[in-house]
Amino acid sequence: MGGITEMEIGLAHYLTVGAILFVLGIFGIFLNRKNVIVILMSVELILLSVNLNFVAFSAKLQDLTGQVFALFVLTVAAAEAAIGLAIVVIYFRNRGSIEVEEISTLKG
Amino acid sequence: MNWTLALPELVLAIGTLLILVAGVLPKRETYFPVCMASIGALLLTAVLVLAQGEGSAFGGQYIADGFSRFMKVLALLAAAVGLLLALDFNEKERIGRFEYPVLLLLASLGMLVMISANDLLVLYMGIELLSLPLYVIAAFDRDNGRSAEAGLKYFVLGALASGLMLYGSSLVYGFAGATGFDQIAAAFNHQHGVSAGVVVGVVFVIAGLAFKVSAVPFHMWTPDVYEGAPTPVTAFFSAAPKVAALALLARVLYDPFGDLAPQWQQVIILMSLLSMVLGAFAAIGQQNIKRLMAYSSIGHVGYALMGLAVADTAGLRGLLIYMAIYVAMNLGAFAVLIAMRRQGKAVETVADLAGLGRTDPMRAAWMSIFMFSMAGIPPLAGFFGKLYVFLAAVQGGLWLLAVVGVLASVVSAYYYLRIVKVMYFDEAAGRLDDAPASLGVVMAAAGIFTLAFALWPAPLVAAAQSAAMALLGG
Repeated sequence: MGGITEMEIGLAHYLTVGAILFVLGIFGIFLNRKNVIVILMSVELILLSVNLNFVAFSAKLQDLTGQVFALFVLTVAAAEAAIGLAIVVIYFRNRGSIEVEEISTLKG
Repeated sequence: MNWTLALPELVLAIGTLLILVAGVLPKRETYFPVCMASIGALLLTAVLVLAQGEGSAFGGQYIADGFSRFMKVLALLAAAVGLLLALDFNEKERIGRFEYPVLLLLASLGMLVMISANDLLVLYMGIELLSLPLYVIAAFDRDNGRSAEAGLKYFVLGALASGLMLYGSSLVYGFAGATGFDQIAAAFNHQHGVSAGVVVGVVFVIAGLAFKVSAVPFHMWTPDVYEGAPTPVTAFFSAAPKVAALALLARVLYDPFGDLAPQWQQVIILMSLLSMVLGAFAAIGQQNIKRLMAYSSIGHVGYALMGLAVADTAGLRGLLIYMAIYVAMNLGAFAVLIAMRRQGKAVETVADLAGLGRTDPMRAAWMSIFMFSMAGIPPLAGFFGKLYVFLAAVQGGLWLLAVVGVLASVVSAYYYLRIVKVMYFDEAAGRLDDAPASLGVVMAAAGIFTLAFALWPAPLVAAAQSAAMALLGG
């Protein structure tokens, strides 16, 4: 029959995806010139890449600690997003805009 | 399970929740009583920390030793004084809401967890428990655009830093196979040669912690947040969280990553050099005094990191003494800044201090003491803080660091002395309002400590010595 080669998805693949997500998240924060909400999404992307790493290592090492860590990260990420959105709301009330380029009254 | 070892944290956590309930229930505003109860809770926790035994609890995730005791007492005292500084200011600025002391208590709980962390997971939870309340109190003056902007900037960069630190933690977990500091140290002991993944992980963890202490190149948030946040919040940011983050940095580097010292030492040396130089030069042109203090605090963190870079007991002792002295003189200087009001309105430029030497000689004298001390002029406490780290650096062979440190402190003396010159020799810009009693007490206490340290240095030096031995000897 042949023709179909099976490829094992190993640790390296997961780590590569994690690294790509992580870099995307960082670039999302620094190259983004539009909207603060995009920055919040980039932060979530970074935390997602970390979780992927933890779970992949946890499966590889046959050790549950990594998965417990991922659950804690998920919980804290929820609290962090709530506080971030609250701060964005009070910022919007004061300035009437959440454009990233306009966040620059403090400098020197 | 030896959970009673964590009694200070448990008491502070339960106390915070009780104080929160007591603040919410009454119909009227409960700012003042809640502040007093919170200061009481912080001091009670400090007493419990002093009485705390030594050992580890919660399956090795929590550790209490001489080092954690020294740093916890320092952080708790800094937090209590930070709250005292806010007492009068917040009422006058109409932000006297009871949530402020409660958030400070939660942040203090986070600091205690950080200092006692013995596991990457506990480290992360401690840092987040510290950071989340700090994001909120940076934006506490919620009807003020500058405060909201400070909160937003702090949040975005803080979230990025904890993301970096977590990514590093995940790599360390993957390559060491555990998250406990003891297991990580044991794993590195057995490995011959260090894999690249581990080094990358350690560097990411250091980067996340360096953000918290605002060491260059992770300092970008500091001037903006310090300038925009309400002044008592700035005072708090510049003292207690830095103590906790440096304690955590020291424990992480010496405990789990102690065998990787040749790798991380270069990173710390570079951060120390850059922080000292940037702190010295960037503050020169500043007119806003809170921004000036931000660059000054970046420079001071550079000197403290010098002690960490030496990686021996003398260096760590220097770091501990430096932080204790820095906290005292910094909170004293901020007491003077928080008291800066003209006809009830807060002012915050260097020029507003003009003529203070004639209109309020007492306050000008305290401020001069703090400025001379920060510049490192003997016989004030700041000189001895620098002396201990420079001596440790020279003995450890880090000549470059010591030489750059001395040169940077000469440069930074310029802007400290400029403030003294403005106070005594410039034409008065109009009388500043009298300082409230709570700020006068802080000025006097910090000033007397700064003056008298030269006469009785032994208690602090002995305490720092035994704390350093506890971390490195065990």
